[in-house]
Amino acid sequence: MTATSGKIRIACFGGIYNNYLALQAAIHDAQCRGVDALYCLGDMGAFGPHPNRVFPLLSEHAVQCVQGNYDDSIGNSLDDCQCGYTDPRDNHFAQISYDYTLANTSQVNREFLRSLPGSIRLEVAGKRVLLCHGSPRKTNEFLWESTTSTHFLERLADEYAADVIVVTHTGIKWRRKLSCGRHFVNVGCLGRPENDGQTNVWYAILEFDSSHGCQIEFVPVVYDYRRLAQEMRQQKLPLEFVAAVETGWWTTCLEVLPGKERRAGQY
Amino acid sequence: MTNASPPTITLSNLDHLWFQVAGTTCNLTCQHCFISCSPKNKSFGFLSLEEVERRLNESIKMGVKEYFFTGGEPFLNPQLTAILQLTLQYGPATVLTNGTVLKEEWLEVLRAAEDASLYTLEIRISIDGFSPETNDPIRGEGTFARAMKGVKTFVDFGFLPIITIARTWPDEEEQEIVNRFVEMLKETGYFRPRLKILPTLQIGAEEERTRGYFESERVTREMLNDFDQTQLICEHSRIVTDRGVHVCPILIELPQALLASSLADSNGGFALSEGACFTCYQYGAICSNPSSSSAIREAKPRA
Repeated sequence: MTATSGKIRIACFGGIYNNYLALQAAIHDAQCRGVDALYCLGDMGAFGPHPNRVFPLLSEHAVQCVQGNYDDSIGNSLDDCQCGYTDPRDNHFAQISYDYTLANTSQVNREFLRSLPGSIRLEVAGKRVLLCHGSPRKTNEFLWESTTSTHFLERLADEYAADVIVVTHTGIKWRRKLSCGRHFVNVGCLGRPENDGQTNVWYAILEFDSSHGCQIEFVPVVYDYRRLAQEMRQQKLPLEFVAAVETGWWTTCLEVLPGKERRAGQY
Repeated sequence: MTNASPPTITLSNLDHLWFQVAGTTCNLTCQHCFISCSPKNKSFGFLSLEEVERRLNESIKMGVKEYFFTGGEPFLNPQLTAILQLTLQYGPATVLTNGTVLKEEWLEVLRAAEDASLYTLEIRISIDGFSPETNDPIRGEGTFARAMKGVKTFVDFGFLPIITIARTWPDEEEQEIVNRFVEMLKETGYFRPRLKILPTLQIGAEEERTRGYFESERVTREMLNDFDQTQLICEHSRIVTDRGVHVCPILIELPQALLASSLADSNGGFALSEGACFTCYQYGAICSNPSSSSAIREAKPRA
């Protein structure tokens, strides 16, 4: 991708977790903002209802996708989601949503998930952009803002020869400026709110031009969360998940949070 | 049967840098301590603020992700709060304490240091039973009440300490014991307790309390087939003591575990020849902050 007409803007979506309503709203929002391309960093399934409703949206709007740990698991019918939880309660809830998603994802969609690349490299306005799921070195590595030193990120940018590294997997957005005009960004996720008491979700727009380098904007997405919650109840998904959608506070998968991020939430 | 040619692990990336910040000096003398720390054990000394600063600067080019502070009891080092304040300017810090030697003015400093930092300051407090009757026989008379007072103090200062518990019970009692811990912590006013359960290591004082490793309890080359080596501490960590850089926090007393004087030179291979390596293999991630697996990884039969 080269900046023939000035700026190039790409939208990067984090984990969708079956939240096709948020995906629909995010695609619409990004298209209204006139972005040049749409990307998703993986984890199409988990947590929400009706897994198969995500895929027609990805295909219709030419969203280019990276394979997350969930996609590898569903695509290859593995026993669990490989999310990397270690706490028994976290794993209990993760298994409920994994079994539901596996049982309700069609063979065609599983094949699609299996076919996805582990990362995507782009050259945009002279910047080397690396899109991946958890980290460039490990699909299910959690990179949280409060437990990731800047010099560790510098090392990743050096080792993986990237000016901009873009990830998801944790579900909470953050970014850090690195040396030589380089950037690291975790785009958060579309699948569930980010444990801040708000019902919206987030994605990121990366804007490139040859004179200003890369600018990163986090974009809030308001979607019909009440409908999502209702469909989750109808599908008999755990009420703990429904509560997270309706309140914006995480009720599960809490033990992987570092102290700072955990303290910001309610549970 | 001896393990004639144990597998060798080399450092892939120095993600976790540990500091034996209080040497082997501890105010307690726990029955299961794998390096037999005590008030009288001076075999390893304190690290000074200057030494830690030198190592932090050395760690930048290695791309270290997180820093950990252990002992002995770290809070016996009079420079610990200054050391943690400094470290939080470099990256995330975790301190492993018994929670019994705290002063409120130190916690005021640490609260302010974490608030001013991008990074988290994790506190891990060791408690080995949910009551004086289950904890004190292992950690010493009166230690349950003192450690719980420490938990409450950290919680009052806005920390969410990780209660670190050595597994000294039969597997079938695990769920009941975890429930009792959670109940007890909530009653104390810690409403969202975080727990980490660790296997015991059959070395140091624990060797006397129960037993040492059998010769059959060793990691073999074939056990590493299809094994995620990132689960082993020595694959991504090193520890600094007053003697130099060692392979991992567990084996500092072993002569061959002292690898080099600089971090950059400490990336050579280490042979997994010890019984403690077998425990690390079985449970995985035993030193990191998230809980390690409660399920024992079954060792494949030896050739």
